[in-house]
Amino acid sequence: MRTDIDKINEQSPYTDLTEGLQLFAGGTSRKFLTGEWRTDTPVWHFDKCKQCLLCTPTCPDVCIPVVDGKRKGFDYDHCKGCGICAKVCPFGAIEMKEGVNP
Amino acid sequence: MQGTLELRWHGRGGQGAKTAALLLADVAFKTGQYVQGFPEYGPERMGAPITAFNRISPEPIRVHSNIYRPDYVIVVDETLLHTVHVTEGLKEEGAIIINTPKTEEEIRPLLRGYKGRVVTIDARAISERTLGKNFPNTPMLAAAVAVCRVMDKQAFIDDMEASFRHKFAKKPEVIEGNMLALQQAFEAVE
Amino acid sequence: MSTGKSRRERMSGNEAVAYAIRQVDPDVMPAFPITPSTEIPQMVSSYIANGEVSTEFIPVESEHSAMSAAIGSEAAGARTMTATSSAGLALMWEELLLAASNRLPIVLTLVNRTLSGPININCDHSDGMGARDTGWIQIYSENNQEAYDNYIQAFPIAEAAGVHLPVMVCQDGFITSHAVENIELLEDEDVKMFVGDYDPEEFLLNPGSPVSVGPYSVSSYAMEAKKLQEEAMEHAREAVLAVAERFEELSGRKYGFFEEYRTDDADYIMLIMGSAAGTAKAAVDELREQGKKAGVLKLRVFRPFPEKELAQALANCKAAAIMDRCESYNGNCGPLGMEVPAGLYRNKIQIETVNYIYGLAGRDFTTDHVKEIFAELEEIADGKREPVQHRYIGLRG
Repeated sequence: MRTDIDKINEQSPYTDLTEGLQLFAGGTSRKFLTGEWRTDTPVWHFDKCKQCLLCTPTCPDVCIPVVDGKRKGFDYDHCKGCGICAKVCPFGAIEMKEGVNP
Repeated sequence: MQGTLELRWHGRGGQGAKTAALLLADVAFKTGQYVQGFPEYGPERMGAPITAFNRISPEPIRVHSNIYRPDYVIVVDETLLHTVHVTEGLKEEGAIIINTPKTEEEIRPLLRGYKGRVVTIDARAISERTLGKNFPNTPMLAAAVAVCRVMDKQAFIDDMEASFRHKFAKKPEVIEGNMLALQQAFEAVE
Repeated sequence: MSTGKSRRERMSGNEAVAYAIRQVDPDVMPAFPITPSTEIPQMVSSYIANGEVSTEFIPVESEHSAMSAAIGSEAAGARTMTATSSAGLALMWEELLLAASNRLPIVLTLVNRTLSGPININCDHSDGMGARDTGWIQIYSENNQEAYDNYIQAFPIAEAAGVHLPVMVCQDGFITSHAVENIELLEDEDVKMFVGDYDPEEFLLNPGSPVSVGPYSVSSYAMEAKKLQEEAMEHAREAVLAVAERFEELSGRKYGFFEEYRTDDADYIMLIMGSAAGTAKAAVDELREQGKKAGVLKLRVFRPFPEKELAQALANCKAAAIMDRCESYNGNCGPLGMEVPAGLYRNKIQIETVNYIYGLAGRDFTTDHVKEIFAELEEIADGKREPVQHRYIGLRG
């Protein structure tokens, strides 16, 4: 039986951990909501966006989803607010605003 | 250990003394005895003096050290007599077998006072006659088997022929010469 | 059912291990050659070329890469082994720790050779002892037979549930690796049945059952992980004994944490590992003929360290020589010289012990040395001599 790693936390006794701390699941970073670390938030100005998609590959946390060749709104569950996307946008379509939910 | 025969080989890197020791272990193994065949290792350098050892016993052998009081010493290259103390620790009731065209009387003064039996054999001449080249280890192996009475001649010859047929399966032309070398060397010291 | 058959042969220690590898037929062998273990990957390569095994050989550019590849391959789900010596093991250092902490049952055959310097190719245990705290199970062999038997037992020990740790099977470089001696070989089918198919529960190349191996661990988990790993080493004790019992049923040859040779009534015991144990036994036979109550305790399993069992085995002697084929440069003693007396103290057993350093970098160790040591032990027990710790034997004074 696989250990349910969702039941392991920082209070778990050592005997409940897995051998070698192996994680029996894929894509577990999705469950880790790094959006909570954000102090500044990128805001997307849809009207200025040319869909050049320069912002998407520069995001270190893969928080700018692309569907059918077009970027969509930010994934705020995981965006840490680093501001790289705002820096690379040639059209001023991404603005960094102070606060978690400006 | 009682009943254990201990042999020490002296040769030079590249002459096949180590191979001869391993072959002797092979031969003795086939007589149903316990054997050890091992060289004293160092950097492998062509021409440098090397030592190899054999233990042969009816009982399992446990000692894993070099041999300091051998029953027999085999010298594959007589030039070693000037630089290496080949008779060191050699038992007087044993023997030393030396590859040389010289006689026992000529060679004994080089043996640092060793009083035991000295067997000389011109392995180089035998090898050049039978194999066309100087491979002294093959005749020296036969001489060692004969002098140390590891097994009788026919059993030895049959055994070696079988292993040569296996070893030289792709070069059958060398088997006859090797067999001749073994036979002539065995007879030379018998 | 086993065939119950065995075959008498003669071969060197390296040949014996290569033969066992052929019989086990592991999935992957990444290796880099180094004296005196070079013959092992060489012979396995011949087996592969001749189609006698299905092992995938990975030629790598260093031992660091060899162990890295072994970790990747074992994590992927392949039964993996490698071979090395001396500096090769030292270069694997970082990866050895990862193999153990990732709980990967890799088997490494170590042909013991000294670590530089001075640079030297001959035997001592400084390579294996240098890796004694890397989390690997370590088994030492006296001769080609034990190198063969221990190698075959290594897989079921490593892969046992609750263990999942890598195993290092050690034999003495040149002394046994290059010496031709008699051996009894098992039938191929018996070895295959004994080690069984490798069927890990969790592995990387397992579609639908994703697993991450070796994740970064923050401090709130790492200490717990280390304790869990230490417990696996504790579990290895049972696995070593259970596998030995099964092996005895197959081969008739008995193994445990250590072998006790004529120790029952012994006043003086020499505790020793590897090929020199054979030399010690031969000397003890001679001493017994002279009426001396001498015995040999040959340690086979160094990790996990059988501290309690060793202490009990030494409890009734007057004095023990603890033999280290390794200098620790700690101003105190060798590795066994440290751990054995610690076990005696913990178990409240008070006997005289002397820690001897012997056989460094291929220095020959003879029956005369053994007799000299037993004579010293006797004098110490009789109060004629003060025990001096951390002594060298076979050293020009």
